[in-house]
Formats: sequence, C-alpha cells, structure tokens
Amino acid sequence: MGVKRRAFLIGGAAVIGGGIFALQYGDHAMRRDAAKLTATDKGGTFAAWLKIGEDDTVTLYSPHIDMGTGNTTALAQMAADELDADWSKVAVELAPAESGFANVWLAKGFLGETAGGVTAVMTDSLYSLVARNMVNQITGGSSAVRFTGQFGIRALGASARQALLEEAAERLSVPVGELTAAKSVVTHAKSSRTLRYGELAKGAATRSLSDEPKLKDKAAFALIGQSVPRIDIPGKVDGSAQFGIDFALPNMRVATVMAAPVAGGALASVDPAPAMAIKGVEKVVQLENAVAVIAAGYWPALKGLRALQPKFGDGGKGNANTASMYAEQEKAVAATVAGFDAGGSTLIEASYRAPYLHHAMMEPFALTAHYKDGKLDIWGGLQDPLASKLSAVEASGLSADQVTFYPMLLGGGFGRKLPGQIAIIPQVVKLAMESPWPVKLIWPREEEVAQGTFRPQTVTTMKAALGADGKITKWHNAFSEQVGFEAGMPLLYDIPGAELELAEYEGHVPIGAWRSVEASQHGFFHECFMDEAAKAAGADPIEFRKRHLKPGSRAFAVLDAVAKASGWGTPLPAGTGRGVAVVESFGTVAAHVVQASLREDGYPKVEKVWAAVDCGLVVNPKNADAQVMGGIVMGLSAAIHEEITIDKGAVVQSNFSDYPLLKLAETPEIKIEFVDSGGSMGGLGEPGLPPAAPALANALFAATGKRVRSLPIRAQAKG
Amino acid sequence: MSIALTVNGTPRTVEAEPDTPLLWVLREELGLTGTKFGCGIAACGACSVHLDGAITRSCSVPVSEAAGKSVKTIEGLKDADGTLHRVQQAWIDAQVPQCGYCQSGQIMAAVALIEQSGRPSAAQVDAAMTNLCRCGTYPRIREAILAATGQAAAAAPAANGESV
Repeated sequence: MGVKRRAFLIGGAAVIGGGIFALQYGDHAMRRDAAKLTATDKGGTFAAWLKIGEDDTVTLYSPHIDMGTGNTTALAQMAADELDADWSKVAVELAPAESGFANVWLAKGFLGETAGGVTAVMTDSLYSLVARNMVNQITGGSSAVRFTGQFGIRALGASARQALLEEAAERLSVPVGELTAAKSVVTHAKSSRTLRYGELAKGAATRSLSDEPKLKDKAAFALIGQSVPRIDIPGKVDGSAQFGIDFALPNMRVATVMAAPVAGGALASVDPAPAMAIKGVEKVVQLENAVAVIAAGYWPALKGLRALQPKFGDGGKGNANTASMYAEQEKAVAATVAGFDAGGSTLIEASYRAPYLHHAMMEPFALTAHYKDGKLDIWGGLQDPLASKLSAVEASGLSADQVTFYPMLLGGGFGRKLPGQIAIIPQVVKLAMESPWPVKLIWPREEEVAQGTFRPQTVTTMKAALGADGKITKWHNAFSEQVGFEAGMPLLYDIPGAELELAEYEGHVPIGAWRSVEASQHGFFHECFMDEAAKAAGADPIEFRKRHLKPGSRAFAVLDAVAKASGWGTPLPAGTGRGVAVVESFGTVAAHVVQASLREDGYPKVEKVWAAVDCGLVVNPKNADAQVMGGIVMGLSAAIHEEITIDKGAVVQSNFSDYPLLKLAETPEIKIEFVDSGGSMGGLGEPGLPPAAPALANALFAATGKRVRSLPIRAQAKG
Repeated sequence: MSIALTVNGTPRTVEAEPDTPLLWVLREELGLTGTKFGCGIAACGACSVHLDGAITRSCSVPVSEAAGKSVKTIEGLKDADGTLHRVQQAWIDAQVPQCGYCQSGQIMAAVALIEQSGRPSAAQVDAAMTNLCRCGTYPRIREAILAATGQAAAAAPAANGESV
C-alpha cells in the first residue's frame, strides 16, 4: 500500500528505536562478559545461556522476563526438546541484566520483520552488535517465542546436544552416529553403555558449538507442541511467588510519590511540615516534577503524601481537554481527505475515534533501591532489565559496574513497563542515594493512572470506492495520532493502490505501547470499515472479506475456520447478532466472531466468542489458548468500558472506580482454535486482542442496526 | 498501639497505628506478601483475605477492626502437611494464572464462595467473583471453581488447548 508523508515502522520496531547501524563494538567481548556471569566449577556452561550441572540439572538463562505470558515455560520447552533433556530437571533463571546478555536473537527477529531482505546478508555477529547497541533485553512485541525461542534457544539446545554427543563419542571411543540421546542420557545401544548429561557437561562445554545445528523436524518433537504445565504456576497459587513489589530488605523504608498532574509540569513548591507531622514519616523529598515521602511503611508514607499540598506547574498545557484534542485531530484529518475521488464508483466513508487507554496492570510500579559503599542495587519487575539498569546508571551518575539491576516477576506489563518512560527508576535512584536505608518506592494506583503512557487517542476517516463488481477499487485511510508514536497498520486486504496517510498531531499526553500497539485501534478502524463496505455491497461480511483476500492465504483460512466454528450464517434470535473481524499483528493472523446482544442498560452483552488463530507452530497449546483468551478479554474490556480523558491538561480518571475493567460476570464463553498453515511463527501475547473490539461493534450492528464508530462502546448501541 | 489477632491459626501481636489497613500489617509487619496491593480502595480484590471466615478486602479494613479476630491469607490455605487446598489444586489443573498477581485474591474469594455455598451456581460465581484480572483469566477461574466443586470434569493439564 502507498504511504504518504512518513515512513512507518511497523510492529515492535517502533519500540526499539533507531541508530542500529551505528555499530562499534566487537562481539567476542559480549560472549566473554556473559560467560563470566554464569561461570561454574561444576557441570558446564554453553554459550553462557545454558548450564548443565553434574546432577543433570539444566538451567536456561532467559533473556526474557515473564510478565504472565508463560514465555519462560515455552522457552524451556524449546531448549529442552532440542537438547533431549529430562524435563523434570529443567529450570529457568532470568539472565543477568548485563550487556553480555543482550538479546541477540530478538534483534535478529525484529530486523527481519522491519528490514526484510537485510537479514539475509547480515551475519550473526552483526546481530550481536545490534543487540548490544540496542542494550536490549526487551520482552515485548510478542517476540519471546517466535524470535528468541525460534532463532536462538532451539539452536542453542541443538548445538549443546551435539557437543554432548561428541564428548560421549570420544569417551566411549565410538562414532557419534552410533549414539542416541533421550531424557538427558546418551546411550550406545551396541555396547549397552550410557552416560548422563551431568557426567558429560564439563567436557562438552569446552567444545566449540555449531552455529547452525540441525533442528528437529516437527515429527521428532517431544516437548514442543505439548501442553506441559507452566513452571511458574505453583508459586502463583500458594502466595510464594515474589513479585517486584514483594521484595524487602532489613531496615528498609517505604516511599510513595506524586508527580505533576499535567505532563510536562514541574514542582513549584511544597511545605513538608504536614507530612513530617505524621507518625512514621522520615523524610519529604522534592524531585524536579514530583514530591515523595519516605516513611516506616507504605501507610504512613501515603498519609504523609496526602497531607501535602504541593503546587505544580502545568507546562503551558493546562487548557487541553479531550473534546478540544479530538476536534484538533479531526480538523487535521479533514484537511487530508478532501481530494478523494471515487471515480464514479460508490463512495463509502466513515470516521472513527479511539481513546487513550491505560494499561492497568495489576501490580503498580514498585522498585527497591539500596545505595551503599558506592554501589547501587535495584530490585523489581520491568520489561527490559538491561535498559532499566542503564537508566539507573544515567540517573545515578555512577558507572555501569557500580549498578546492578535484579529482575523479578512482573504483575503484568502490557507495554507499560517497557524502557524509555519509566519515571520510577530515576525517582527511586534519587531517594536511595539520599538515604541511609534501602528504599522501596511504590506508586499508588492513583499515580499509576494519572502518570500513564497511554495507547494514543486516534481518529480516522476511511474512504473507499466500491466497484460495480462488489469489490473495493480504492481505499484511503487518513488518521491523526500524536507525533512520537504514530504508526499505521498495513492493510490485510488485496486492494491495489490503498493509501495510508498520517495527519500529525502535537499532543502533550505521554503515550506508549499498549498490548498489540497500533493494531488495537487500527484493527478497529479497518475491520469496522470493511463491515460497512460489505453492507454497502449487500454482501455477507465474511464472504466480502474473502473477495479481497487471496485464496490459500492465512487470513482466508482463519476466516473459514472461525465461520465454521461459530455456525456463521445460522439463524439467531431477534436482537442478537454476530460480527467478525480479522487482524494480522506480530506475524499472527487472528479472526474472531463475537455473538452479542444488548443488556437492559444498553451495554453490550457478549454471549460468546470464537477465535481462529494462525501463529504457525504452537509450542504450548494450553498456554497459547490462554494468551488468546486473555487478549480477547482485554480487548472486550477496552472496547466496552475503557477511556482515559483529559481535563485542564490532566488525566481525569484516578482508579478502578472510574476506569472500570471487564469483570468475570461480563466475560463470555470463549472458544479458540489454532490453524497452522505452515507459515513462520507469529507471536501470541498480543494478536488475540485486536479483532475483539471490531468483531463486537460489528455484532452490535447486526443485532441492532446501529453502527458504533467511537470507543468505548458503553451504551451507544442502545436505540 | 499493640493489636492482637490470629493469623493463619497463629496468635500474633503487632505494633501498628490503628488506622493502618490490615493489608500493610500483613505485608510489612508479618511478611505475608502473598496478599497483594492493587488499588487501595477495595475495587480490585487483589488484597482479599478471610476475616473470621468472611471474604474481606484488606486494603480497606483498619487493623484495629481485626483485633481479636482470625485472619486467613493465601499462605494459610494449605493443610498442615503442605497439601494444597482443593481450590489451589484446581487452579493448577486448569492452568489459571498468567501474571499471577491477582490470583491470591481470586483464590481466597473462590474459597469463601465455596465454603458458603457448597456447589455454587454459575450465577453465584458471577455475583461473588468480582475481583479484577487484567490478564483475562476469568474463563479459567470459572472452570476451576466448577472443577473444585465436582461440577465439571477436572481439567487435565495436558488438555488440547480449548477453552471451556
């Protein structure tokens, strides 16, 4: 499709940023640094990422935190399968937040996605350099399994297995070809001799590893494709799992904070006396744009904070409000679309709105920092431990070897805990460096909402020309999104000359990646508009979509699958409708059918959702199902309820009382099917989300005859 | 002030200001971090515990109100021999948790519901389970509650990946 005005970075690349070709450092240093961090006297370490102990324990150092998607288990499955390891002895530890453990494979995956042919001519060491330069240990972009797992962890397992076999062959004085490996044991059947991996590890680890080992064929998988129980779940049902907010040190103090309500504002003044009068309060600390209270515990800290009356500036943005921002965006869009010519065909036109959205991860930001003897230690759960460390290095003025970041479990992330906009890092660094105690800083939920980095508020006007043959001949999508994060979404359909145009909008509200990023709002726009076009053509919504897709394509296949599963086309009671949507994101194509009616209060009653998803190879079906299910629930939650609004430059909402999330009682039955077309692996943490909102809006149209073109839906479909 | 209460069957005396929410006494004084802080206004349920057997959002109950009472947290749910509560086991069998942060509260709410109703109906589950989960585990929470009360075949961990 044609793009005017700007080049877009699609997918996760926008998260990572540019400058990646300015490479300066040698890759051998990275490997040496990493090896030092996991060095062991017992057993053997392979390429630093994999350790096999004398007791056969296999430890994978994962470059990904797990914010709930289960990537830890999936990556362990991939390593153990290629390694032919005994699954009962496989463990995963988070890789140290050091540049030696920058995620090479992720860089390779993202570059492959964004640069196309470039990957073919880049060597692995160049990817290492890219990763190191990106200081990248990101978990985001639905990338852990499809990139790190597929490009890295499987090859690592396979090459370590090869080294173990070679070591065994030498010890047993037999050809490698006569050996087999299973469950962490190498067997020489002819002589009935066996060697455990633990016996072989130390010697095997000194062998050079193949860069391109032979990976298993699908038929040989023992663990990949199996719904092995997630290894993190037992600790999450008995209260023993330690999240960032749970960390504690002796003599620790607890702090909380409030920043300027209007983004860009500064702290003008604050009288600390009212807080200091509260029992347990130790200290009031003024930051550039915030005030923090340090106390014996969270409660006195919060009471102290609430006793203060800080005065903040508004950075000149105190007049902005949601209505004026929408108006400005729509004016910008209108200026771009005036010239669209349907060329005598039927013109279809519609405008849509999508609001700012809050991530609302259940664990608020919390970090603990301790500054002692010139060393700064920080504990907590963020989506990029390595970038978090470097952010702390910058904030502290210390050198990299004086700062250690200890990654912990995250109580959800959804993009909010990606690097770049994590204000709590410089905050906790300052509090700790000014204090004789370790300090745990916890953001109240109100701060979490007020200081979000939101899914951008976006408006669009879509225009299409419908030919006499019932096919779209021209497509023009103009949208307005805040400068700094703007990214359109490629059109899934085969419409020659389709155009995407951005009308730039300068806003002051912080924006960021929200689960599925641009696919959440643009998926809504595209798929609602396709429904409107189908209606104009007098066609069935699924049949109309298929007219614009290549037979045999992944989108074609998932539409067929979801139509079959949902009983598409069969009669429904009056007032109940079905809607469909199909969106490709992060290398995965997902089609949903929503069946919905209206509750008495006019809100949608979502009765049932069917999804057909093609992400290629599925590593853990039970958990893959959970990821799509979670995406659907979050997508419905946002579609029905969620909106961040702005008044006097500041966020209006403050907590779950005025930013409600979908509850269990509103959650429909969900049926998910995976369709493997044999294509390359796609992600799963995000792609289940985007089709939910448009499928619901389309179902409401089918049920009520009323189009909902603005999110959240709430009671808009009521007659 | 000094406040005496029973926590997971053990008598405890804590030093705390009387208005301190029970949540922070559990987490910061007693080190029971399985009970989570989510919102501070009793809207999300991450802090759910049992207070004299009743489901209670501990972020919004002053510790003074818990004086002389019995508190049960997620850490106190297992049997003395370490056997998981049947609801905890159902949570594992159905592979409910994702990020896991809300699940202590979800499990405490489910246990209270089951203790009260025996075999809760779908409508009772909908009415009682108002805790928020951002990861979207609600369908599996339903499945686990039904399985724990013998109303559905226990979900096999190696199921084929279909949601029920």
